[in-house]
Amino acid sequence: MAVNTMTKLTLGPIAYHWSADARRDYYARIADEAPVDEVYLGEVICSKRAPFHEADLPATIERLERAGKTVILSTLAEVMLKRERKATEDLAAMDTPEIEVNNAAGLYARGKRPHRIGPFMNAYNDATIAWMAGQGATHVCLPAEMPAPAIAAAAQAAVALGLGVEVQVYGRASLAVSARCYHARAHGRTKDNCQFVCEEDPDGMPLRTRDDRPIMRVNGIQTLSESYVDLLPEAARLIADGVTHLRLMPQAVDMVAVAQVFRDALDGRVPTGEADARLATLSGHAGLSNGFYHGTAGYRRIAAAAPA
Amino acid sequence: MSLAELICPAGTPAALRTAVDAGADAVYCGFQDATNARNFPGLNFTPDELAEAVTYAHARGTKVLLALNTYPPAGKVDLWRHAADTGARLGVDAFIVADMGVADYIARTYPGIRLHLSVQAAASSPEAIRYYCENFGVKRVVLPRILTIPEIRQLRREIPCEIETFIFGNHGLMVEGRCSLTNYLTGQSTNMDGVCSPASDVEYVRDADGSMSSQLAGFTIDRFGVDEKAGYPTICKGRYAAPHRPEGYYAFEEPISLNLSRLLPELIEAGVHAFKIEGRQRSKSYVRGVVRAFRAAVDDIKAGREANIADLIALTEGQKQTQGAFETKKWR
Repeated sequence: MAVNTMTKLTLGPIAYHWSADARRDYYARIADEAPVDEVYLGEVICSKRAPFHEADLPATIERLERAGKTVILSTLAEVMLKRERKATEDLAAMDTPEIEVNNAAGLYARGKRPHRIGPFMNAYNDATIAWMAGQGATHVCLPAEMPAPAIAAAAQAAVALGLGVEVQVYGRASLAVSARCYHARAHGRTKDNCQFVCEEDPDGMPLRTRDDRPIMRVNGIQTLSESYVDLLPEAARLIADGVTHLRLMPQAVDMVAVAQVFRDALDGRVPTGEADARLATLSGHAGLSNGFYHGTAGYRRIAAAAPA
Repeated sequence: MSLAELICPAGTPAALRTAVDAGADAVYCGFQDATNARNFPGLNFTPDELAEAVTYAHARGTKVLLALNTYPPAGKVDLWRHAADTGARLGVDAFIVADMGVADYIARTYPGIRLHLSVQAAASSPEAIRYYCENFGVKRVVLPRILTIPEIRQLRREIPCEIETFIFGNHGLMVEGRCSLTNYLTGQSTNMDGVCSPASDVEYVRDADGSMSSQLAGFTIDRFGVDEKAGYPTICKGRYAAPHRPEGYYAFEEPISLNLSRLLPELIEAGVHAFKIEGRQRSKSYVRGVVRAFRAAVDDIKAGREANIADLIALTEGQKQTQGAFETKKWR
């Protein structure tokens, strides 16, 4: 890969219900060891989980910022209940750190003050991105299901408006959110009496088809891809097309090592093929996929074209 | 009391005339392309057909709402703009939109035409709805099927626009406009292409033991015993195995229809302005039966009479029904 030392690596918010202890340890390691430039914090999926870890937020922010990372707070993807509306408003009222908005309720609360657009905001096209930029958006993370030509066209428009452009390049893709908690349902409970059973599955609860093929993962109200998205082989093309930030989504694997692999590949220290092989090893049993990018079924893995 | 308009599906010109004749206050429809969320083969309207449909509907006092409720991927926005231009030229009464870029284009270009916010925009809080009202002049929001009636009543007090709720038909489980399940398995996107568990990818496979697998793009979405009727492989209505449910279970929801006929009086009282019947993919006779029954029920309720709910229940005879989230929070 051409050397792309300017490209920023980011770490997305933790989608799963990791315990407060696990989060503290995780972010301490990220601060000390991971070559990521920016870290998104906060509960994006389930408002019931937030009380378990929000008390640690100030310390985590301080720790990461001291390590030179830019911290951004992400808002909930689904906002319906009072506590969700309040949480969104509270984040939108903050001056620092930056915020990433994942629901129109957050846009409403933020007004024209600067903010980032999260992957749940459905910024699929140039017209929408231009509208959002006019309302104070400084940065946009594109939806995970966008194919290459649309990413390129969206990135071009965003860059022309002075926005940062981010694409998820690693980890499970969010496929759906719901008002119903499917973790609770699997255990014969409802969302209101879930007893936080989602904590049992730090990488999501696997669903298999009735002929025993892995298909999806459940994370509370969220459904995720079974495979991890891996766009490391496509990173050079993404960057050439205008993407400025590459997002790694936290999974229950060695994310410090994952970040190192991406950074080494971006900086030209490790050839793409070798880096991608390391990534496959680090990802353990998870299959890797890039189908969305290539305009085909998301779960598919399309082999890299031979270098020209 | 609210207007309690009946908003009816029109997947084809024939279904549109049927719905109009059966007493629809408004019909909703789309063009034969990715600009609407029911981009299914054999459905929807050419511009010429829409022109005739608008004439037919308007002559009978029925409104025509045009669904432009998908999300254009960058590079293809013109298809949505042209669809809006065509709809405006043909005199549709409102556009149903989800994408902010599309909403902004219509609000600026056709300020005289009503904008309705599609369920695909997933606006489920007063703040989100106000965002669309204040920025694009949205006059009505189609609510996601996730709120209870007390929540709708409260919401009504906090927003400056009309409310439309689904009352009958397919019971979507995922937040609309935020679902990529179909794209993950088939390569066709619900948001960008208007496609959901497409028929072109469906296969029914008879297994050696006589059971039937209903498959989507080669994935077994459900498997049925010899004495079970094989269902359509909609991803969110399939049976899967989980670590605690090795036998396989409906991980998201059973194949079940939404039927809020019993709740109509409460919904009207809560301030719902319009009732939406799902089913642009359904037959003419289905549309006729459902629209007639709901027309009679709504008229009865508005006149202070007891509605004949039995007719509405009979419409889904043999199929499981639910009042979904509207009845109780336990649904969640």
